Amino acid sequence: MSRRLRQVRYVVGENPVTLAAFSLFLAIVVLALAGPWIAPFDPLLSDTSRALQPPSRRHWFGTDQIGRDVLSRILVATRLDLAIALSAVAISFGLGSLAGACAGFFGGWTDRIVTRVTDTIMAFPLFVLAMAIVAALGNTLANIVIATAIINLPFYARMARAEANVRREMGFVEAARLAGNGQVGVLARHVFPNCLPPMMVQASLNLGWAILNAASLSFIGLGVRPPTPEWGIMVADGAAFIVSGEWWIALFPGLALMLAVFCFNLLGDGLRDLIDPRRRT
Amino acid sequence: MAKVLRILGAALVAVAGLAGSARAQGRADTLLVVTELGPNSMDIHGVGTNRPAYQASWNLYDRLMTYGVKTLPNGSQMYDYTVLKPELAESWQVGADAITFRLRPDARFHDGTPVTARDVKWSFDRAVTVGGFPTFQMKAGSLEKPDQFEIVNDQTFRVRLLRKDKLTMPDLAVPVPIIINSELAKKHATSSDPWAMEWLKNNVAGGGAYRLEAWRPGQETIYARFDEWKSGPLPKIKRVLVREVPSSGNRRALLERGDADISFDLPPKDFAELAKAGKLTVISHPVENAFAYVGMNVKNPPFASLKVRQAVAAIIPYEKIFATAVYGRGVLLQGNPIASLTFGHEMLPAPFKTDLARAKTLMAEAGFPGGFETTLSFDQGFATINEPMAVLVQESLAQIGIRATIEKIPGANWRNMLLKKEMPIFLNAFGGWLNYPEYFFFWNFHGQNAVFNTSSYQNPEMDKLIDAARFETDKARYAELVRGFTKLMVSDVPRVPIYQPFLDIAMQKNVKGYQYWFHRQLDYRQLSKE
Amino acid sequence: MTFAKLAGRRLALALPGLVGVVVVTFLLNRALPGDPAAFFAGPAATPQAIAEIRIKLGLDRSLPQQFILYVRDLARGDLGKSLTTGQSVRADLLARLPASLELTLCSLALALAVALPLGILAATRPGSWVDHAARVVTTAGVSLPIFFTGLLLVYVFYYLLGWAPAPLGRLDAFTSPPPPVIGFYLVDSALAGDGVAFRASLHQLVLPAVTLGLFAMAPIARMTRAAMLGVLASDFVRTARAAGLAPRTVLFTYALRNALLPVVTLLGMVFSFLLGANVLVEKVFAWPGVGSYALEALIASDYAPVQGFVLTMASLYVLLNLAIDILYGLIDARVRIEG
Repeated sequence: MSRRLRQVRYVVGENPVTLAAFSLFLAIVVLALAGPWIAPFDPLLSDTSRALQPPSRRHWFGTDQIGRDVLSRILVATRLDLAIALSAVAISFGLGSLAGACAGFFGGWTDRIVTRVTDTIMAFPLFVLAMAIVAALGNTLANIVIATAIINLPFYARMARAEANVRREMGFVEAARLAGNGQVGVLARHVFPNCLPPMMVQASLNLGWAILNAASLSFIGLGVRPPTPEWGIMVADGAAFIVSGEWWIALFPGLALMLAVFCFNLLGDGLRDLIDPRRRT
Repeated sequence: MAKVLRILGAALVAVAGLAGSARAQGRADTLLVVTELGPNSMDIHGVGTNRPAYQASWNLYDRLMTYGVKTLPNGSQMYDYTVLKPELAESWQVGADAITFRLRPDARFHDGTPVTARDVKWSFDRAVTVGGFPTFQMKAGSLEKPDQFEIVNDQTFRVRLLRKDKLTMPDLAVPVPIIINSELAKKHATSSDPWAMEWLKNNVAGGGAYRLEAWRPGQETIYARFDEWKSGPLPKIKRVLVREVPSSGNRRALLERGDADISFDLPPKDFAELAKAGKLTVISHPVENAFAYVGMNVKNPPFASLKVRQAVAAIIPYEKIFATAVYGRGVLLQGNPIASLTFGHEMLPAPFKTDLARAKTLMAEAGFPGGFETTLSFDQGFATINEPMAVLVQESLAQIGIRATIEKIPGANWRNMLLKKEMPIFLNAFGGWLNYPEYFFFWNFHGQNAVFNTSSYQNPEMDKLIDAARFETDKARYAELVRGFTKLMVSDVPRVPIYQPFLDIAMQKNVKGYQYWFHRQLDYRQLSKE
Repeated sequence: MTFAKLAGRRLALALPGLVGVVVVTFLLNRALPGDPAAFFAGPAATPQAIAEIRIKLGLDRSLPQQFILYVRDLARGDLGKSLTTGQSVRADLLARLPASLELTLCSLALALAVALPLGILAATRPGSWVDHAARVVTTAGVSLPIFFTGLLLVYVFYYLLGWAPAPLGRLDAFTSPPPPVIGFYLVDSALAGDGVAFRASLHQLVLPAVTLGLFAMAPIARMTRAAMLGVLASDFVRTARAAGLAPRTVLFTYALRNALLPVVTLLGMVFSFLLGANVLVEKVFAWPGVGSYALEALIASDYAPVQGFVLTMASLYVLLNLAIDILYGLIDARVRIEG
């Protein structure tokens, strides 16, 4: 364990960017957990006499078009956005890797079905599919998460399938089988856990993509419902105010979004260095 | 390193080198209009024709008559609904049971063929036969059957009246009864499509002041002046380009930088700011016979209870909504004496004002001291105003225990939801083309339950008053009837009127001649550029 | 394995994907909310009027029946009719596809022009500040929502600085389009010798292409860097260096060519991603492409264009992957032999 820790410290230390990303990630998690308590104002409370005020001492990030405090909304939105990202990625990671591992390990019909399904999903330009799914099912939070999960599924399925395929013939699997483990047991206990690490990198990258996806859906009117604070919809709503000079309504949530996505992307790189030094890029 | 900098430098120079737009000639006699949405059809009689198509139709086709113009005290001009002027018809005689029109002998269609009464009859027959919105609109003026329309001779056309209806004449000057080049249209008719609906959707067989030079749906529509137009003074603008620019921020930017001449549909905040900045001309008119409201379903509980509805009327934050969602671009209908532009006649001010204590008492009396849950819906197509309004209404409702979740309905589904009449509480607006209060009430509160009767309001007392007002000729009695049904609306409160919206338009200072029209579209024929 | 056989094999593999796309598109479309019949019946519609229109639109048939009709029409190349534009969907798509393709290809070219050198640079100086800077810059480009980047660029470069042209679409209001050859204004105006139109369309392309291109830069730069690093560490490069070849020759003649293979594969995915992101950019820049077409149709619950759009995009992607596979096969002899 301490060897792992030392390794982590080494990798993180050698790469200052990864260190920054790690700390940022921790900060985001803390904000997500503590958001509602440290927010100076109620994110839903409107105060029309204070609408459209630029950043000031009272409202650090200014107020939006109906007088809600932008900073409070950003802080509280951290939780929602992180939740969207994590649940979407968890679902696609879980389902995808499971399906892929089974496909790679068992081959035959399982493989064929899983490949067909992933090929079909991958044939659609990603955002278009998400758009169509949310439009068809309705723009609830659950549907946005489901749509994001579906479009990301193929990545994990393919990766897991490739990994399982490679490991199927490996020595330790043979050994496990000889020791009396059934197929499923071998898959569950030996093959599957070994497939996971490379996919963690992809998962981290997907966290960022999930948040951007939700933001883009908001821009075309398929995002979360008002008055829920969510970074993407704050940017989409605030976009109309850029030209008239109220830049803070869109810029600050945009920055928050950028920082988070940025962080997840760089984190992915760091994880890759950590997990598989050979693949270090 | 040096290489990186060199590449970046070259890129910057390239971008800068492309700067400076080439302003081609022809700018002076072309009008560039930017809009959110363009027409989806060239045929106003077609199925599912959208509002921008009315603008196209208005300028590409003639009608028998048009309205006069009046100048308001602030110098702006609007159509005069009391004055009908000749357009295609150069004169007319109103008889006891028929109106006879004399058509202009020198009128021509765009392809040069003369306009005759045959064309008028074919066009009118078409309007009352195709069904849907056009037929409804014709019916509003008692124009219902093809046998009402007679050809007396080539230059004379007669309309037989089914009944004496003061709306018949005005209804002949609305966008719907266009005069189509019937010979040209019939060439493209088939046995299964006798009215040439297919062909006229994409082609124009008109004789209006402008010809269709090009139409790229979803992109732009280009109009060129028809130099042989005889139905009025020749327009000054030779060419009109209407470009679709979906982003409202970009439309504003285009206007402010002088790259576009006119735009209607900007958010109210932008109009308020542009008006203040003074670099552009911003003209505002209260939309006649229209208001935006919070509607409630009076058929189903809990809003079936009068006291609940009155409680809602007592809790709506009128001034807040007007200031924050509408930016003052309208006439607040709460407590204000209504100017004579509304409803064409004086209207009782809505006596609702925000009174939390009273609202709470009413809720308790209604049997809902603890409130209830509901959904507040609105049309996503108008989210710019509706969304902040909905959030403010939701907040206020919460104060009396009504916990509303906000439901944003996409535009296509909104019509459907209105028709189903199941939404408990919602935001909507209605504006009528013909500036008569009974016209408004007929569509919105009459028991015949049109789609615009969004509250499903049924009251025989109301129906009696409306029906009487439609055909009442005595002025005093008419005013009494109007007061009567307005009072009924205020006491039964099926909906809470909030404000009468403005029709705002912004244009470059050198664009002159704009007139407000009841159809809220741009009439290119009156515009000029200095 | 001959070229034809390779192509045929790949196409056969792609077909089931297309079938899946057709089915999924149909189901999704039918699940879209909103009743187009109510929408097109107009503002004063009665329930009977709506029912009539529903029959006219063929929406009263059962789902399997509608699907069979759909497939039959598809086989004839009939993608239905758009209720919002009144034209056939195929005509609409054919008219608008070149706009989207031109934009996507230009942004891809732009992204390659920036990301390839960046990736190579980062690979030749691993661990240096250049490497980190390159990673930060490209990652930043991909971390903002694409519509936000677009709007910011319009605000800064058009509204504030006046450098970029008005976001009015493919051409400014007063230039007429060149005579159509393939629909790419750049190509068409070059072929017609129309300098004005060429400059005008190039001018209008800059901002939207940059917006889209920013998004494509990161994956390309990343992959180039990774592939180059791998190749630079390989044996044959070491040999070339040891043999005394100039570093430039080693880099470009040997290393880059081999490193480009995985980048080419990636291009397919990037292209597909950009096709999807097109929807957002077209909305911001009033670009008359298939993305904005589908978006407007979606809002109007106009089934046919949405179906046609998704089908077209997916088919394009399948065909593109096919082309890349074949290209790959041409470049890499090993693939051909094993194939």
